[in-house]
Amino acid sequence: MPITFTLNGKPETVDVSQDMPLLWVLRDILNMTGTKFGCGMALCGACTVHINGEATRSCITPISTVSGKKVTTIEGLSADGTHPVQVAWMAEDVPQCGYCQSGQIMSAVALLEKKSNPTDADIDDAMSGNICRCGTYQRIRKAIHRAAIMRPGKATSAA
Amino acid sequence: MASATVVNRRDFLKTSASAGAALVIGFRFSRSALAATAEDQEKQPANPFTAWVSIAPDNQVTLILGKSEMGQGIMTALPMILAEELYLDWKQVRIEQAPTNPAIYEHGTGGSGSVAGSWQPLRQAGAAAREMLITAAAQHWNVNRDTCKPKDGGVLHGARKQFLTYGELVDAAAKLPVPDFNTVPLKNSNDFTIVGRDHQRFESRAKSTGAAKFGIDARPDGLVYAVIARCPVFGGKPVKFDAAKAKAVPGVRDIISIDAVAQGAFTAGGVVVVADNSWAAMQGRNALDITWDEGPHAAESSQSLRAQFVENASKPGKVVRNDGDANAALASAAKKVDIVYEIPFAAHACMEPMNCTVHIRPDGAEAWVPTQAPQWAQDIIAGISKLPHEKVVVHTTLMGGGFGRRYQADFVVEAAQVAKAVGDKPVMVLWTREDDMQHDFYRPASYHHMQGAVDEHGNLAAWKHFQTSTSIAAVWDKGGEEKPEQSEFATAAFIPYQTENYRIEYSLAKSGVPRAWWRSVEHSSSGFVVESFVDELAAAAGADPLEFRLGLMGDDRKIPDFTNPKEGKPLDTARQKAVLKLAAEKAGWGKPLPAGVSRGIAGYFSFESYTAGVAEVSVKGGQVKVHRIVYAVDCGRPVNPNGIIAQVEGAAIYGVSAFMKDAITIDRGRVEQSNFNDYQMPRINETPKIEVHVVHSTEEPTGIGEPGLPVIAPAVCNAIFAGTGKRIRRLPIRPEDLA
Repeated sequence: MPITFTLNGKPETVDVSQDMPLLWVLRDILNMTGTKFGCGMALCGACTVHINGEATRSCITPISTVSGKKVTTIEGLSADGTHPVQVAWMAEDVPQCGYCQSGQIMSAVALLEKKSNPTDADIDDAMSGNICRCGTYQRIRKAIHRAAIMRPGKATSAA
Repeated sequence: MASATVVNRRDFLKTSASAGAALVIGFRFSRSALAATAEDQEKQPANPFTAWVSIAPDNQVTLILGKSEMGQGIMTALPMILAEELYLDWKQVRIEQAPTNPAIYEHGTGGSGSVAGSWQPLRQAGAAAREMLITAAAQHWNVNRDTCKPKDGGVLHGARKQFLTYGELVDAAAKLPVPDFNTVPLKNSNDFTIVGRDHQRFESRAKSTGAAKFGIDARPDGLVYAVIARCPVFGGKPVKFDAAKAKAVPGVRDIISIDAVAQGAFTAGGVVVVADNSWAAMQGRNALDITWDEGPHAAESSQSLRAQFVENASKPGKVVRNDGDANAALASAAKKVDIVYEIPFAAHACMEPMNCTVHIRPDGAEAWVPTQAPQWAQDIIAGISKLPHEKVVVHTTLMGGGFGRRYQADFVVEAAQVAKAVGDKPVMVLWTREDDMQHDFYRPASYHHMQGAVDEHGNLAAWKHFQTSTSIAAVWDKGGEEKPEQSEFATAAFIPYQTENYRIEYSLAKSGVPRAWWRSVEHSSSGFVVESFVDELAAAAGADPLEFRLGLMGDDRKIPDFTNPKEGKPLDTARQKAVLKLAAEKAGWGKPLPAGVSRGIAGYFSFESYTAGVAEVSVKGGQVKVHRIVYAVDCGRPVNPNGIIAQVEGAAIYGVSAFMKDAITIDRGRVEQSNFNDYQMPRINETPKIEVHVVHSTEEPTGIGEPGLPVIAPAVCNAIFAGTGKRIRRLPIRPEDLA
């Protein structure tokens, strides 16, 4: 039975096994490879997307549960890398290998949607589900603080 | 030595996608990266060059080289070096991943050698191109060459204020002889405007938008996906299997079996499920019913391996180095320290699981491989497809971590075997996290019996280090040709501390567990052992750990590389002492700390670079918390300080992972861990504050991808001792060892 949902603002319909995780629908059916496979057990956060605005591990989310919902992936964050979190990521030179960063950025965006000026403890809570094997955590923290300053309604200087 | 030639443009175009009447200069890196395998070591370079600089008529400067980007930042640092000699904005230099063609390029990335090995030849190539372009401009204007200067991507003739871009000059320049690389004038380092300044990563945008393509993101038309059921026991193989249920899974196309390979690239073989998508392939694999022959290693366990270590340690080992008479000095010493350190297997756990995509057509093959060794991948695919090398195109993709794991080629062999079996169709062999963790090539487990003595003046009277290990060299050994005493075990024989009585022995332990290079390789073990032991000697001597180390190093001197005294860089004790003092000063060594927090220090030399770290830790309820790590690093002239700092920050976390959490343990011949639930990674909430102080040396650049790692475990464990009096002598740290 086809499943319809909203993907990055546009309607999308797929006809796959009901239990296929959203991750594989995105990657293998729709060829949207920005969302990454890391563990398949919601342990590493590389597959993080937003479902109705909530940071969600797509690797354990059956496609059947996504029906009628709004899904945002890294590709839907901005057309050109100008989302404040992406700009902050580049400014702090966060990525090394870069593989986990789509998931890190999606978790960070969800955090900032809820808390526009997160504390270090808020960052620990929201980001500790995302593993980075290159160890970019210190820069991730700085980039989230930087993005908080850059967001609309805040001072424009990111210094 | 570097050499140069101008390549006939048509010859070059035959093998490259680059277009235009470009000035193209080929050159050779001064030292090759890590020699990967016995086969690699036997192989002579197929051509005299390893990289090319191309300057096109549209003024686009391209550096084409066989280096792979796995997060270490070479796509940023190497263009910076070239841009410096060409007086360009570094963003004008594009970097292109060289296609695999042994007649044109040489590939391989490892051993922390990319910047170190590229520095001089890249400068020479850039300078040669610049000098040719200046000559071409002077001839064009018919003016004295001395009145022409390189500026902003072109040549300026000062007197008449005339300017031609490099692009406008390449046609004429390409007809000139290439200057001798040995005498071509290099830019005065006082005039550097790019090297030594912080630069952001070249591919940062792509990695912040999801646009970056890793191996796992290859999506050629008609792609099918495969996963492999491998015997969980190393060395085992399938006896029979029932594929009926697996074939019934929707999306499963085919079930095949592939043979294990036991030479060069080691693979497990197994039963392959080919499907329309990754999920279907995994579901199909779950439905397979396989009977395994568990092979000769089915009884191996971490306990049996330890018993072997203990047995080995009861007998004399093979002597690696013997100065003076350590045994006699130990026998007569007043203060002796006699202890054992134990280090487990460790997995690489790259965030991007292993994968490889291969398409074998009747007339050629194409592959997308996240690899540190693309040429090896090409050899393998050519061999399995029985196609000539020139018909095998290997795209080296970005890598979601390498750390040494992607210098192996097992995942390439499997993908080529599967591609051959499925026929004219691209297939991705995808490893799940469990596959990746249970079929890695692990950092060797090892056991170190250390004996040392200090005399009444606090001098080192004897140092004896016996090590027994599941050596890496033994994995590749073909009838005893490999000599671990000249490679991995020799690290322990090349330390900065002086004693007249110095003895290093080793013996091999047998194991069915595959081993290979893991970030910093043997230094991850030697660093912990040597720097923990010297701290124990300091305590025995009643000395301050920093002062004790500085004292043992004595006067400034250069210690020849133990295994390669002719070509290897010596260990300069002045530089080692300088980083120790710098880290101590920046960390406030000797100054008071909050209650419950203690400091430890370690210093180490690896990959020709000098590091020191000071850790601040607290211990509560059997748990260690690392609050702060202060590093000082001297890796020669820093090319991109921002990149160096990132590498050291990353090595620190990789090290924390290994000593705080991770051990790969073996039971019934198989790995007990499977995913990030039982092989845990440090997370953001466990990340200490990491400060990295980079020495602004003017020495030649040396490695930095790995050297940040070895000091981290001993610095933390020495801090634990300073705070609690407990010595950590086996890794990872266990709550019972803190009690």
